[in-house]
Amino acid sequence: MAAKGGPVYKGVGKIPDRVLFLFAGLIYAFLYAPILVLMFFSFNSSRSTQVWTGFSTQWYGELLRDDSVLAAFKNSMIVGVSATAIATVIGTFTALALSRHRFRGKTFADTAVYAATVMPEIVVGVSLLVFFVAIQFPLGITTIVIAHVAFTISFVTIVVRARLSGMDGSMEEAAQDLGASPVQTFLRVTLPLILPGVMAGALLAFTLSFDDFVITFFISGVGSSTLPLKIYSMIKFGVSPVINALSTVVLVATMVLIFGGSRIFLREGKGGEQAN
Amino acid sequence: MGLAGLLTPVTIWLGLFFLIPLLLILAYSFGTSNVYGGITLGFNPGNYLRVFDPLYLEIIGRTFVIAAINTLICLALGYPLAYFIVFKGRRWRNVLILLVMVPFWTSLLIRAYAWVVILSGNGIANKALQFFGVTDEPLDLIFTTQAVMMGMVYSYLPFMVLPLYAALEKFDTRLKEAAQDLGASRWHTFWRVTFPLSMPGVIAGSILVFIPSAGEFVIPDLLGGSRTVMTGNLIQNQFLQARDWAFGSALSVMLAVLLLGAIMFYIRRVGTDKLEGM
Repeated sequence: MAAKGGPVYKGVGKIPDRVLFLFAGLIYAFLYAPILVLMFFSFNSSRSTQVWTGFSTQWYGELLRDDSVLAAFKNSMIVGVSATAIATVIGTFTALALSRHRFRGKTFADTAVYAATVMPEIVVGVSLLVFFVAIQFPLGITTIVIAHVAFTISFVTIVVRARLSGMDGSMEEAAQDLGASPVQTFLRVTLPLILPGVMAGALLAFTLSFDDFVITFFISGVGSSTLPLKIYSMIKFGVSPVINALSTVVLVATMVLIFGGSRIFLREGKGGEQAN
Repeated sequence: MGLAGLLTPVTIWLGLFFLIPLLLILAYSFGTSNVYGGITLGFNPGNYLRVFDPLYLEIIGRTFVIAAINTLICLALGYPLAYFIVFKGRRWRNVLILLVMVPFWTSLLIRAYAWVVILSGNGIANKALQFFGVTDEPLDLIFTTQAVMMGMVYSYLPFMVLPLYAALEKFDTRLKEAAQDLGASRWHTFWRVTFPLSMPGVIAGSILVFIPSAGEFVIPDLLGGSRTVMTGNLIQNQFLQARDWAFGSALSVMLAVLLLGAIMFYIRRVGTDKLEGM
């Protein structure tokens, strides 16, 4: 490390830089090696997920023929799309209320929104289970959608609010001065301005919903298995390359989504800090 | 759009499906479970007293120790990485941070599964150990505390790196230059200027790692054994197997209160003023 307190010599930082570079390389290897091993064995020709015996795509074939996996995927899509649609609308409204209005109880509203993001998932899961059983609401796709909306609203709110915090209300005021109605102002001025934030919030909500295991685990009913629940039962039931094949498909889809959506992420990341 | 119109949907949804369920488990936690899995409401502090059974205290203690160690390891590994990406990443900066985002967005379940395969009996980890002559016989790597720790660090590292990146990215490098012009060494500059200014990221990252890892039940479920049961597993067991909902509710309430208390304490200790940039 650099000499403490003494004068700065050029080059003192060179050695730490090299160490830092090596360190970063090792961390990336740590992050990616397990995933790559997982993908590698999805192409194994035998049932083993540990001993390589040759190349084959049979597990992908088996995956496509597995009706329960397809059903779980369908459920995940239904839940993800419905929960995202509802949570994005409610979250955007909430963000508008919190950043454009002053009102009594605002601190409470703020706290409630953030509390929903820090509450441990398992507590949210069991409390919803207790709630649905108490009101005798049958567990299934509907309860999963309700729960996913409840835990994603706050994330949408935070992301959209970050976008709003960088804007003052002058554009809206100008629109209204020029005779636009509140609805027109919202649709023609506010919404286009915050759209990147809304999109980023929706994408976040969809991913959170699509990946959620813990909350869904407690409130899914018979026949309403989502993809994460299916993967969990496959791991528990017995490890086979079919899980590797499924994981590979999910991983590749995630990467395509991220690199495709990276423009939104990187732009919103700048605003997002303020909301953390 | 009026304020009332904007706030009504969130009030209804979070009120009905977040707040009321929480109040319900609070009420259940003082109830009494009966033999058929039902609950008689009342004021029975017995469920909370049961928590002090050494068996359960050990599980709760272990949960917080594992979560704290996980947070420290993630900080120790994540800070240099975030620092590297921001200050040494140059034109690769965006790609490097996207590469951290990929695991962040990937299902935790799949990433835990990767370690199930790697650490199991004749998995790659054991092969490597045998290859390098560390051991002749396959070791019991999976279903250990170390396996749980490994899965935890692997799963939560990106949660630490992203807020640290966001905090360091805002950092004005002219401050570093100013410190060095005034005679501070690089080491000194880091501890006196860069690190304190990245505190919001450290706090946000620590909270993002600590909370879910203390509530974790998938990782100990898949990678841990009977000696690495965490509070999450205990709660899951009370609700789905033992069907003692009153005790399960008491454990859930306690976990939530302890975690929120820990966050408040942590934020107080490091100073609320540091939270402003968040």
